[in-house]
Amino acid sequence: MNAKALTVLVLGATSLVASAQGLSGTMAKVAETKVITIGYRESGIPLSYVDDKQQPVGYAIDLCMQVAEAVKKELKMPTVEIKFASVNGSTRIPLIANGTVDLECGTTTNNVERQKQVAFSTTTFIAAARFASKRVDKLSDVDDLKGKTVTANAGSNNLELANKLNTSRNLGLNILPSKDFAEGFLMLETGRANALVLDDILLAGVVANSKDPSKYVISSQALSAEPYAIMMRRDDPAFKKVVDDSLKHIYASGAAAKLYAKWFQAPIPPRGITLNLPPSKALQQVWKTPIDSADPAAYTVE
Amino acid sequence: MNYDWRWSVFLQPTLGGAMNYAELLLRGAGITVVTAVLAWLIALSLGTLIGVLRTVPVRSLNAIARSYVEIFRNIPLLLQLFLWYFVLPELLPESAGNWLKALPHGSFYVAFIGLGFYTASRVAEQIRSGIQSLPKGQTNAGLALGMSLPQVYRHVLVPRAYVTMLPTLTSEGLAIMKNTSVALTIGLAELTAQARAMQEYSFHVFEAFSAATVMYFALNVVIVQFARLIERRTAHLA
Repeated sequence: MNAKALTVLVLGATSLVASAQGLSGTMAKVAETKVITIGYRESGIPLSYVDDKQQPVGYAIDLCMQVAEAVKKELKMPTVEIKFASVNGSTRIPLIANGTVDLECGTTTNNVERQKQVAFSTTTFIAAARFASKRVDKLSDVDDLKGKTVTANAGSNNLELANKLNTSRNLGLNILPSKDFAEGFLMLETGRANALVLDDILLAGVVANSKDPSKYVISSQALSAEPYAIMMRRDDPAFKKVVDDSLKHIYASGAAAKLYAKWFQAPIPPRGITLNLPPSKALQQVWKTPIDSADPAAYTVE
Repeated sequence: MNYDWRWSVFLQPTLGGAMNYAELLLRGAGITVVTAVLAWLIALSLGTLIGVLRTVPVRSLNAIARSYVEIFRNIPLLLQLFLWYFVLPELLPESAGNWLKALPHGSFYVAFIGLGFYTASRVAEQIRSGIQSLPKGQTNAGLALGMSLPQVYRHVLVPRAYVTMLPTLTSEGLAIMKNTSVALTIGLAELTAQARAMQEYSFHVFEAFSAATVMYFALNVVIVQFARLIERRTAHLA
């Protein structure tokens, strides 16, 4: 028997095992390949980023590790290996679609448009778009931005939001797109822009890591609500149920609150900075009654 | 592959609702073309000047031209745009720096000027080799006819160098169109940036980049055809 025939036979046998268990979609794939792959972001502090040892860490990564363990338990296959794959804004969709990544655990907002392409788990975090500015400029709410220069990531929801506010409130903003939020912050730092619009959790990370964090303020006014969730392949209800059930369990058991404290209220790698952000009311609400809605109105952001 | 292919996504309005995705990409393509054309004008005129200076019998001018070529050719384009955009305003006196930072469409100016300066160094090398490939007798014949050296360059050497180097200059023209995409790092909303924006908003990443690929290809086919036309018209000069 040649090697090719052998592979066909072995593959056939394992898929028989999978189908015998009545598995489909991602669950069947994990059972067959004995690997589950978590997608992580390089710089989504403190949700999903790499530490000084180039290991993916963060709040979303910890949640996903527990979800992956739940998948192993559900399959009764303790030998399934958990692998990591780096993703970015452009690669996350193709890598989910072609099966390279099974769970994308980053800073991806769940919205209706995207649901046509992928599925989202129960909400894991609720961010709000806010703006950072220099303390000396005394910019506290959106109306203070009249006639100012504002920057946001090119091609992000935040940039669209800035455009919308500009027209709806007649602010006369000069809006500059920046490549990523590190460069957006550089624009703020060098005075090329007066304000940087970004999801608050990422803003907190960039400001905390800057040379002199006390020079910047983050607006108390929230401009939007962005429900983050774990991203999966669509049309796979069996896998989504396992993921959602395990998140529900993590929320109900209080493990989520502990993980939250670890990443948001204690020193985190690589530089031992503490973000000092207590959980929002909206997130506490999700812990009590988990939902996977993409509608920002479903999350009461104060 | 679990992917929702849908070409009709181009007719959907973007998040802001002001236009659809096809329009978004076409606007990006428009910025790409304008940036490339302006950069090419700088590259060709400055590149010709530098290329000529590399061949004239004046040591100091050779050295200046040579330094220009080495500096602009050896620093990565990405870094050059970054230096022009972020570092230059910090080196200028504060008022000038602030004026530069507040300039509307700043990234557009930096993009075509930076790209033009970079490509000029490459064009200069081609013009130089074009001039040096001509027989020495051409210069001497020109001088013997009573032309001054600038006149020899103006009427004999430079035109002939253009004709000889047309194929490689065409390649530079194609490269400049594609190199405009580097300007997305300083926030220019050109074609690649808009394709990225489209995939971020709609999650239709393959449709977005397929469309961008087709547009770059179409633009470059136009350049190649245009270059062929010039080649045919100038064939009798070579």
